[in-house]
Amino acid sequence: MENKIILQTSNLSIGYTSKKEKNSIASNINLSLEKGKLIALIGANGIGKSTLLRTITGIQKPLSGTVFLNKKNIHELDSLTLAQNLSVVLTEKLPPSNLTVWELVALGRQPYTNWIGTLTENDIAKINEAIALTQIEHLASKKHYEISDGQLQIVLISRALAQDTPLIILDEPTTHLDLLHKVALLKLLKKLTQETEKCILFSTHDIDMAIQLSDEMIIMTPENTVQDQPCNLIMKGSFDTLFKDEHIVFDSEKGKFVIS
Amino acid sequence: MQNKNRNTLLFSLLTLSLLLLLVLNISLGSVSIPIKDVFNSLTGGNSSKETWDYIIVNYRLPKAITAVLVGMGLAISGLLMQTLFRNPLAGPDVLGLSSGASLGVATVILGAGFLPPFLASFLLSSYGIILASSLGSFLVLLAVLSVSQSLKNTMAILIVGLMFGSLTNAIVGTLTYLSTAEQLQKFTFWSLGNLGNLAWSSIVILLVCIIIGLFMSLLNIKSLNALLLGENYARSMGMNYKKTRLIIILATSILTGSITAFAGPIAFIGLAVPHIAKLVFQTSNHTILFWSTLLLGAIILLICDSISQLPGSDVTLPINAVTSLFGAPIVIWLLLRKRKMMN
Repeated sequence: MENKIILQTSNLSIGYTSKKEKNSIASNINLSLEKGKLIALIGANGIGKSTLLRTITGIQKPLSGTVFLNKKNIHELDSLTLAQNLSVVLTEKLPPSNLTVWELVALGRQPYTNWIGTLTENDIAKINEAIALTQIEHLASKKHYEISDGQLQIVLISRALAQDTPLIILDEPTTHLDLLHKVALLKLLKKLTQETEKCILFSTHDIDMAIQLSDEMIIMTPENTVQDQPCNLIMKGSFDTLFKDEHIVFDSEKGKFVIS
Repeated sequence: MQNKNRNTLLFSLLTLSLLLLLVLNISLGSVSIPIKDVFNSLTGGNSSKETWDYIIVNYRLPKAITAVLVGMGLAISGLLMQTLFRNPLAGPDVLGLSSGASLGVATVILGAGFLPPFLASFLLSSYGIILASSLGSFLVLLAVLSVSQSLKNTMAILIVGLMFGSLTNAIVGTLTYLSTAEQLQKFTFWSLGNLGNLAWSSIVILLVCIIIGLFMSLLNIKSLNALLLGENYARSMGMNYKKTRLIIILATSILTGSITAFAGPIAFIGLAVPHIAKLVFQTSNHTILFWSTLLLGAIILLICDSISQLPGSDVTLPINAVTSLFGAPIVIWLLLRKRKMMN
């Protein structure tokens, strides 16, 4: 397999344009997301994680540089092709509705269904497969407002799986969850990358857990954005530059931050 | 599977009651016509009295058909607005269309005194009023659409619609303050809504508008389902958000605009019927909701119209009073029973 790269950025510069003025948040970003990898995106609040995610999911245009999804410029892809190659799990609250868990997961098939959204046998098989992979069979017939936040997060991941894309991007999936559910969720993501060969990118503030579970990490600091395996990043001392505070020190032996 | 059977049963029940109510509605009125004669007359035969045939063909049947069309159109626009704005309180009025129509009609009725007599008499005819109210809602629609093109936030469009509503209401208020008692009475009658008085030729125009509006809504069922997860998820699943929003707003405007023009501003149906459909069918799937809202809209307006005839008396209540009087408590009662759904 010579072509494992799903998404690649070249000299990407992200930020906002307002009235001719370019407001750059981060520049010179070179990432490559490969098949079967669980990749964590970390960085301090306000460093531009969300802007980076918005840019590589094609929602926002980069200031310069290009995002390639399967070697094609993501900002030139039509919305349907994009939806068949990239699915997302967002932090926003779902609007009130009567959707059951099964129906919610089934919505993931929208990029493949006909004009009125009829589910074919293949669609139904994919939906049930996604539900089985995330082990939420017991929730399937419940309304989505009847389940806990942790369960809903997994249901949303299941929906992204049903969308059957080589790349899934999650925006802070572990926020609002307790330790037990954080670990369960990250382990699920790990399992999914191993069993389905998908690439999963997630942003998080749970750095010590990400170090233990992810295959690669992307660290955003005001100076630069680096991508590597967690142990290499520890050796390079990349974590030391993450927070600009003398009281927060990275203990490279324990692999976590300590307060001095 | 169990759900499927339940839905089939519900749909058959609703279709049956719609047909029964249609016949019942035609038989009721200041002149009571036996159901058997209504049936004979509708199926191409003759009823026992010639006058009854005349009443049915020229008065009762057009009114019943108008009620069905108006009920369907308003209910579907309510459903579209509630899903697009993800707000259970949204209805066809939120885009300010009814207010726009009111402004048009108010300007014509209350301002007719300032115009030359021949123009005034044309404008005060039923065609003049239909023209004025269509023009009014169309102008508000253009304003809302042009603002919405430069607004990314859908909630902002909701507020803009409400603002246009208040603005036009203020102008209508000023006009009524300056008008004579006779003009005021005429305007008040229009604003209370009226399902009768429509000639067959007007019904055909209304029918065409409703079919166009409903067809546009039907094309958006898949997108409406995607919108159940919110704008960003819908986009990530391949939906063209701007285009969908435009078509939904256009469909609502065609439906509400034409209905308000022909039957006056009818309250409550657009807001309440989609909720009743959601509660009865226990679903958010728009493939089911579309048809159930359509049927329930027609049924509920037919019931309201039958009540407004006050069977057995010569008095007819304004339809708007009935829809609100009987509708609002029903919605409150339904919501108290199923609190969970509104969150």
